[in-house]
Amino acid sequence: MSANGEIDEQPIAHHTLSVLVENKAGVLARVVNLFSRRGYNISSLAVAPTDDDRFSRITIVVDVASSPLEQIVKQLDKLINVVRITEHDPRDSVERELLLVTVSVDPSTRTEMLDLAHEVEGRILEDADGRITLSYENDPSKVDVVEERLRPFGIIELQRTGRVALPKLEREASLASDEA
Amino acid sequence: MELNGGQALIKSLEMEGVEVMFGLPGGAILPVYDPIIDSPIRHVLVRHEQGAGHMAEGYAHVTGRPGVAMVTSGPGATNIVTPLADAYMDSVPLVVITGQVGTASIGTDAFQEADITGITQSVTKHNFLVTEAADLPRVVREAFHIATTGRPGPVLIDVPKDIVDPTNPRSAMKWYWPSDADVAAGLPGYNPVTIGDPAQIRKAAELILEARKPVLYVGGGVLKARAADALRELAELTDIHVVTTLMARGAFPDDHRLCLGMPGMHGNYTAIMSMQESDLLIALGSRFDDRVTGKVPAFAPDAKIIHVDIDPAELGKVRRPDVGIVGDCRLVIEELVSALRSLLDGGGRSFADRSAWKSRLSGWQEKYPLAYEPPVDGDLLKPQMVLEHLRDSVPEDTILCSGVGQHQMWASQYWRFRHPYTWVNSGGLGTMGFAVPAAIGAKVGRPDRMVWAVDGDGCFQMTAQELVTASAERVPIKVAILNNAYLGMVRQWQEMFYEERYSEVYLSPDLPDYVKWAEAMGCVAFRVESPEEIQPTIDKANEIDDRPVVVDFRTDAAEKVFPMVAAGRSNSEVQVPPFQRDGQS
Repeated sequence: MSANGEIDEQPIAHHTLSVLVENKAGVLARVVNLFSRRGYNISSLAVAPTDDDRFSRITIVVDVASSPLEQIVKQLDKLINVVRITEHDPRDSVERELLLVTVSVDPSTRTEMLDLAHEVEGRILEDADGRITLSYENDPSKVDVVEERLRPFGIIELQRTGRVALPKLEREASLASDEA
Repeated sequence: MELNGGQALIKSLEMEGVEVMFGLPGGAILPVYDPIIDSPIRHVLVRHEQGAGHMAEGYAHVTGRPGVAMVTSGPGATNIVTPLADAYMDSVPLVVITGQVGTASIGTDAFQEADITGITQSVTKHNFLVTEAADLPRVVREAFHIATTGRPGPVLIDVPKDIVDPTNPRSAMKWYWPSDADVAAGLPGYNPVTIGDPAQIRKAAELILEARKPVLYVGGGVLKARAADALRELAELTDIHVVTTLMARGAFPDDHRLCLGMPGMHGNYTAIMSMQESDLLIALGSRFDDRVTGKVPAFAPDAKIIHVDIDPAELGKVRRPDVGIVGDCRLVIEELVSALRSLLDGGGRSFADRSAWKSRLSGWQEKYPLAYEPPVDGDLLKPQMVLEHLRDSVPEDTILCSGVGQHQMWASQYWRFRHPYTWVNSGGLGTMGFAVPAAIGAKVGRPDRMVWAVDGDGCFQMTAQELVTASAERVPIKVAILNNAYLGMVRQWQEMFYEERYSEVYLSPDLPDYVKWAEAMGCVAFRVESPEEIQPTIDKANEIDDRPVVVDFRTDAAEKVFPMVAAGRSNSEVQVPPFQRDGQS
């Protein structure tokens, strides 16, 4: 904020929002629309019902400066079907992402591949015809590292789930819903 | 009680206290039109669905009750998107019911199918696609609750034909009416905050006591909150001057000694400069719209901000408040008044000395009153002069509606609003063609009042066919067309900012012939070309109360709206009319 109070440009950063919504048709579209109409690209998205099947949790990762994010969060909170919004600071939350990847192997790289899978505690799901499908789950930054290490083998197909997050047990930073 | 979905929908509207609805039937909504025959609800049959939406808005503006419109699927629904967007921008409570193709046909490109819940997602406060007849009473209750509470707004209910068609077994349902608790349980994410935080209210009171150049910056939210009386009490207790934005005209009487009138792009000089030089803006239900602030970084640079709004997203959206209070304007103002009283009476505190500020304000008012150059013989009419005559010839509780453009700005500038809910216009969206249908809706809502629409010739041509509706439904509104044969505001910008290169703005004064057109639609019509005809014609129009009246005033296209702050410029660069420019400070 500048001296006379108008909103300034701020650096763009990674933000993880956890949005508790009613588990109803069309709710995801309403949530996503608030980002798309402002021209912000959602870099990852994960949606699933919670333990109470009346509600779903949407985990959104978006690259945006803080001021527009604050406005988006307030607008999200105005959606009738949105129950609660929490912004997860990576330092205060546990984050996980799942990677499924099929790589090609030949007799000369096969052992190396299996060793790598063993080292990072990935699981071999399929192994046939010179191709191995592996699953790996961890903190998203560690998933990035494993993805890079697999690349030299020759990635045939790769799919990541997008991150999901929960607050660390000792603290919870909550936005909008709890403030207003 | 066994009902079909169509009957349940109409019964639900009756339960909500709906007395009138505006609409036009068609294929998909046919089954809901059948039970209307047996309902006490008055249905006003419009000539275009956009008219239904604006009528519902006009009705809501003047009555404070939600406006209701019903149209068919596909083009019926898309035709009402503009009124929905208009109502969303201006926070007007509407419930709009659209027909939809049968549930089994949705998504198949069926005849007259449109994804109206998808289309209207960003221009409604909420919308519903109802898929079971049994959901209808609950959805109607939720829709009215959402439309009328918190920050009001439009809600759309999309109703597939099979759940309302009595020949379809899917329309069978057992009647029920949800309780308040059912509604609350059905909306776990909706709980508007109405009571302001007492600590913030105390801080606001402290800032008000200390301020030397305070201004009450009043927006449309004050009207939505029915807070005009509370506002007056606050202004008089604190002796602070008031500016009323375009959406708030009438929220504070123009003839009050503390009223400075409208600020913004075409506000009056004193209202603009008072905000600009203020040290404390008390923003009540206003949203720092770009038409008010001008260039935001240069807006009111020395002012602290108290911002009261029921919508938390407004606080800090444009300008970061020093004290932000989320709550209902009326409740917060009342709390602020009592906080101030206890500081003044109980606490022995007093206001800072504001005598220098007051003389600065009166100096501006004296030097730069709203004014225009009188016409020279043979000139076309001055639009401001027409409005002054009209203003001085009607009862003071007359409802004035307007379209969008120069005529709207002159109407807001030259009228003297003495009562809340006497001004109906399209502020945020700026919807040309708003005036005629909005005036019809206003007159339906307040048949006891005189209702005048001030319209431009460009606007009039967009929705004039609703005068057929007015004649057929015996809704005797009056329309003053300020006919300058141009899209006047566009012409003004082309003159001032595009080197007088007039591109596609000329409309012709007599094509169409407005008098013949109005007469063909069942209205009484007059044409006024000379100043001496203005008053007698207005008097004649005011005497007619059994059908609509249209007056075609031939006005001077060269007349421009002043003062003016050019788009994107600082409010400090406000331009007064040329004849006031010598010695401008």
